[in-house]
Amino acid sequence: MPERLHTPRRLPLGAVLPLAATGAWAAASMTGMLSGPMAVSPLEVLTTPFLDASGRELWLSLLATMLRVLVGGAIGGIVGLMLGYAAGMYRVASLGLAPTVHTIRQVALFAWIPLLTAWFGNGEGTKLVFIGLSTFFPLFLATEQGVRGTPEKLVDVARTLKLKRWTRVSKLYLPAALPSIYVGLQIAVLSAWIGTIGAEYAIGNGRGLGSYIASARDQFRMDIVLVGVFALAGGGVLLTTAVRSLTAQLSPWAQDQS
Amino acid sequence: MTALAIEHVSKSYALNGVQRPVLNDISFDVAPNEIVSIVGASGCGKSTLLRLIVGLDEDYRGSIIQGGVSDTKAAKVGMVFQDHRLYPWLTVGANVDLAFDASNLRKPERLARVHHYLQLVGLSDYEKAYPKQLSGGMAQRAAIARALAQEPDILLMDEPFGALDSILRMRLQDELLSIWEKNRVSIVIVTHDVEEALYLGNRVIVMEPDPGRIRDVFEIELARPRDRADPRLAALKQRCLATLVGREALS
Repeated sequence: MPERLHTPRRLPLGAVLPLAATGAWAAASMTGMLSGPMAVSPLEVLTTPFLDASGRELWLSLLATMLRVLVGGAIGGIVGLMLGYAAGMYRVASLGLAPTVHTIRQVALFAWIPLLTAWFGNGEGTKLVFIGLSTFFPLFLATEQGVRGTPEKLVDVARTLKLKRWTRVSKLYLPAALPSIYVGLQIAVLSAWIGTIGAEYAIGNGRGLGSYIASARDQFRMDIVLVGVFALAGGGVLLTTAVRSLTAQLSPWAQDQS
Repeated sequence: MTALAIEHVSKSYALNGVQRPVLNDISFDVAPNEIVSIVGASGCGKSTLLRLIVGLDEDYRGSIIQGGVSDTKAAKVGMVFQDHRLYPWLTVGANVDLAFDASNLRKPERLARVHHYLQLVGLSDYEKAYPKQLSGGMAQRAAIARALAQEPDILLMDEPFGALDSILRMRLQDELLSIWEKNRVSIVIVTHDVEEALYLGNRVIVMEPDPGRIRDVFEIELARPRDRADPRLAALKQRCLATLVGREALS
């Protein structure tokens, strides 16, 4: 790729489409093509989270949502990890658990909301359980698959060295399952993000990005709705990137030799 | 006194519902500090035999008795596989340290021993390296260090140098012998290389396949260090090969 050398500081190709769209949007609202009570300009969307009283709610909402993702996601993820490990390790656990899990997984996540609100009420409990469910399945499946895929040859070594049970878990099965768990984690974090917003939006009360958007919609504040939508995209990208860089740091053996 | 006694060991696998014998009535002893080489064509069950001795497979007939130093303490058995089988996510040092997991040594003592065994195989500078940063020969040496670190009474080696080029193989054979001279350990080494078997072994057991059984046993009474060009080794090699290939074919 020699032509790359001649273009040192060009705009990243990925930025062209969003910038062009924003430009068209700005032009449309300035020329009056975009008008009416629901029309907003890019500038309004940009200033709303800082200048508008209701718009400023964004930051606390974002924080509340992130916290919810972390807590609910961690609970579901840890349960998924442990049960997935058991299912990958022990035939009994696999035969006992897998059919149920694989069947329940077929139920669309949001179909749980009526049941969960009936069981746990309209509060934080339902949201956390819901988010937990959204991370449980990807991590259960990934861990089960990863642990089961542990090379038999390395298991032989553990047996000839008479490794203790916990050493086998921490130095053999979990590291062997890590690549698979990382893939599961990336799916889980996205699923938790979408699940959290969905739960907040559907249940409506309490602080959070989902309720932020829902109440803005009820007040016909399109600028705030758009701010919320952009925050959704940004938060999702942030979480995915964080997980990716974290997993890269946690497995130095997978890096190229330096 | 014997370090290891194999008595009338037989083993068969079920293949499509039919029992296929892989080992048939194997018996031999290994004396303390003795090196026994086992040669044979592939499929003669020599690797299976090692798996039985180390306890990876307990489904067999006959008995395998590990003598040990005393009656109260069971003998420790270490194993080196053909491929190094280091854990890719652990450094070389941490891989060797796994050997102490079953012991109750304290951390500083473990560290000192990891140093010692890595030094023994010439890998002192690679303690912090990951297995993928090592060459094939270095990784195999690390695997040998891991097995030696268990301080086994019996060291089983399943074609440990089989995947290496011939120059490296000769060097590692000599390294193995010098380690063996420093550590009192009995070695059972499985190989398909007759020269390797003769050069290393106090005794060479020749096996034949279908089902795996002992064809012949050669005592190698040459003093060490041995000369690879020794005509007596060449003569033994001729006899060994004749046994392996079958007397009729060569006469």
